[in-house]
Amino acid sequence: MKAETLARLNADRATKRGVVLATDLASGEAALLYPPDFASPFGPQAAAAAREAWRSERSGKPEGLDRPLFLNVFAPPARMIVVGAVHISQALAPMAAMAGYDVVIIDPRRAFASEARFPGVMLDFSYPDEAMARLAPDRGTAVITLTHDPKIDDPALIAALGSEAFYIGALGSKKTHAARLARLAKAGFDAAAQARIHGPVGLRIGAKSPAEIAISILAEVTAHRRGAAEPAEG
Amino acid sequence: MSEDPLRAAETWKSQGRKVALATVVATWGSAPRPVGSHLAVDADGNMVGSVSGGCVEGAVVHEAQAAMEDGKTRLLKFGVTNEQAWAVGLACGGKIEILVEPVG
Repeated sequence: MKAETLARLNADRATKRGVVLATDLASGEAALLYPPDFASPFGPQAAAAAREAWRSERSGKPEGLDRPLFLNVFAPPARMIVVGAVHISQALAPMAAMAGYDVVIIDPRRAFASEARFPGVMLDFSYPDEAMARLAPDRGTAVITLTHDPKIDDPALIAALGSEAFYIGALGSKKTHAARLARLAKAGFDAAAQARIHGPVGLRIGAKSPAEIAISILAEVTAHRRGAAEPAEG
Repeated sequence: MSEDPLRAAETWKSQGRKVALATVVATWGSAPRPVGSHLAVDADGNMVGSVSGGCVEGAVVHEAQAAMEDGKTRLLKFGVTNEQAWAVGLACGGKIEILVEPVG
């Protein structure tokens, strides 16, 4: 690979621009292919293969091309939007960052969301409906609400349900969750939409402390991101 | 946190060092590192990243240094460890294919 190609790839990764690196395994020639058209000197076959690799987020050697290409998909990092600057978030934010997520914590309550409590974490002090509109969760985003306060959690959940977020979870007991679903039903969300919300949030591992609950949440998010999730419980 | 091999390769190159990059391009069975994993190597054998979690890195570094010298890319295949044959391989029983290419 040419040094310029490597430098450009690293710049794309630094600015979170998604790209597919195509390398001809015979000649070593490499090119960077960008969505949506993935145009390159390798031609239309490579573009079509790169589009498919990008869609499935799967790197590899596609079969049946006019030249032997390896396509390496560099998708922007997954994001985790956490609503509520609470104890669990203090554990969850650094854990999720280590697992490769770009983490944002939304909490309009300044007393909770202080930089001293969340060193190095991106904090958003606006109300969740505004914050979610700006952050625009997509298929690479997990949304987790942790405040227990319907005034803060519900608008975030409603925004998440209107997106392709790959995971939506809400902290709260079964009773709290039932009440939450009843409110969402009144707001016009059907059973299929309600079933997208994982509540109580997290895998059942007997978590008690905030850090353990963070582990259970991150484990469940991981299972969904990697396509290994159990079907949602009713 | 471990260093990023692609950034290390760029930094080394900018310092005027010879650099090669190894990339896992295919795996069969249980493989220690997923497709797309990188290992950056310089002429002195410094390494950042991993293509197998340690099983075949020694052989890859050797090929990487050869690639820095002749400027050619290589495609390496490793299978199961064969102790009788003294060949490097993967103790886990998987197979991997690795592209080794000079940078620059």
